[in-house]
Amino acid sequence: MPFLALEALTKRFGDQVAVDALDLAVEPGEFVSLLGPSGCGKTTTLQMIAGFVEPTSGGITLEGRDLLGMQPNQRGLGIVFQSYALFPHMTAAENVAFGLEMRRVARAERDQRVAQTLELVGLGALADRYPRRMSGGQQQRVALARALVIRPRILLLDEPLSNLDAKLREEMQIELRQIQRTVGTTTILVTHDQAEAMALSDRIVVMNKGKVEQIGRPHEAYEKPASAFVAGFLGKTNVLPGAVRRENDGAFAQIGDGSWPVPDATGAQVSVSVRPEKIDFIDAAACSIGGTVRTRIFQGNHWLYQIETPCGLVTVIRQNSGQAVPAEGTTVRLTWRAEDMAIHPAAEAAS
Amino acid sequence: MRTAAMRPYLLSAPALLLFTGVVLIPIAMTVILSFHDWGQYKGIEPVFILKNWREIIDDSYFHEMFLRTLRISVLVTLIAAVFGAPEAYILNRMRNPWKGIFLLVILGPLLISVVARTLGWALLFGGETGVINKALLNLGVITAPIPFMFTETGVVIALSHVLMPFMVLSVWAGLQRLDPQVENAALSLGASHATVLRRIVLPQVMPGILSGSIIVFALAASAFATPAIIGGRRLKVASTLAYDEFLNTLNWPLGAAVAVLLLVALVAIVVGSSRLVERRYAQVFG
Repeated sequence: MPFLALEALTKRFGDQVAVDALDLAVEPGEFVSLLGPSGCGKTTTLQMIAGFVEPTSGGITLEGRDLLGMQPNQRGLGIVFQSYALFPHMTAAENVAFGLEMRRVARAERDQRVAQTLELVGLGALADRYPRRMSGGQQQRVALARALVIRPRILLLDEPLSNLDAKLREEMQIELRQIQRTVGTTTILVTHDQAEAMALSDRIVVMNKGKVEQIGRPHEAYEKPASAFVAGFLGKTNVLPGAVRRENDGAFAQIGDGSWPVPDATGAQVSVSVRPEKIDFIDAAACSIGGTVRTRIFQGNHWLYQIETPCGLVTVIRQNSGQAVPAEGTTVRLTWRAEDMAIHPAAEAAS
Repeated sequence: MRTAAMRPYLLSAPALLLFTGVVLIPIAMTVILSFHDWGQYKGIEPVFILKNWREIIDDSYFHEMFLRTLRISVLVTLIAAVFGAPEAYILNRMRNPWKGIFLLVILGPLLISVVARTLGWALLFGGETGVINKALLNLGVITAPIPFMFTETGVVIALSHVLMPFMVLSVWAGLQRLDPQVENAALSLGASHATVLRRIVLPQVMPGILSGSIIVFALAASAFATPAIIGGRRLKVASTLAYDEFLNTLNWPLGAAVAVLLLVALVAIVVGSSRLVERRYAQVFG
């Protein structure tokens, strides 16, 4: 039995479906991200777990017990809000101690746990400071400490890093991951930042328009996207139109002037997505398409190309290995391995 | 260089002139007036004596007036805070269009003259046959009619109603700065709804309640129309006392002394309490 289970969880606002029959099973100690563009239902899902939004239908169970009958203040979950939602009239230590006070933890133990948790998030020296006098990153840490100190059964993070600048966000990602590993709390993160989701999570739930597009490990979702949406949302990708024809020795996808062997099960018209870093230059081969280098940008550790092909612009990223590179305006042939293609029905690409 | 340094003064000069002309000079003249002598037959004599001030300080009649003014103002402030703060909180939690409608209901009376609103209360109170007394008697809440007209009770009720919008507005402004997620955060940490209100919401709207209290107190202490209509000649407060000295007894110097004392006391209380509020909350809400 999973630790946390969402079963056919649905939320409608009027005739608008925010979350559509979401199924998810989370294992103890796991770090799961709900990833998607704004309005995909990820925050609504988190709020239903937290108890701030009542689901229209479906169930949520934690360790086999039904969560839906419980008020938010009985669920025992730790939540870090996007705005941090710190109590502005309390110091950092008082903020962290609040949850323990509500649990009637004895004074001595309370003080010890508050100090310990502030130390864990690296704020031991700022215990007596008010939130107003802290930087965004420090407030973020107080919010995290406040959620962790109650030893929650689940930690819910609602876009916790989106208000921080890029450099700080990267530092906090690494730290958040380390803290989560140390404490071992099952964690659910809501984010629209695919890099953040991939960096932090054991598994990613990619959502779009209230529906789950794919649930999988970051690497798996990146390499084997289940839909054109996932391929486009997780990292950069090239989407190319292809026509599938069946021959005696299997099916082939015709892309531009090249053709690649594909599994037979796909439809006649497909859209093929290929990651920029999986594409290589080649002299001549069956599995390749021709094009002209339109722009070439040097980015230190790699080169970024835009290649004009019959199928549209294709982005290519090549490692800067010190070898000669094609100049702008030259004609090149592009190739990639058949297994690096993600093939989806063509209609999907339009959306 | 020189003109650049002068520019701010030159730019604010017109406003400063107006302020001096319509505020500072009249106040200064009132202060001077309070030291002049007055007699039934000789009128005002421009001399410098402490007669009026001594009269106010020695005569228990004046003590009673000022204590009554203070008592009414404090009561009105308390009632406005106790009813106005929850009113603002509930209003803030409402959804549109109800929020807009009830905001209009609460603030609408500000558009009506204080005199009209107070006369409304006078009709409701209206002696033993007033609407309120009749209703309470018929409901069996009271056995004898409550005297509202010409009593402190009546003045306090009417003033509280007249000044309530200022408290609601002030608390409302404080609530706007409240992050709605903060209440959810406290709930998720295991607090009950009552605890959230007491430990999280109330301390955060406290500055709003206190600044609202300062406004309501100042307006209650200097209110004229409401005490004049509900309190009448029988129940005088500092402002109606000054009015009577000026226009009925024609003892301008004594009236000026009452007015100046009211002004000084008010300024002292208002400045003192806002200093206190600012110091108390500077660190938290800076």
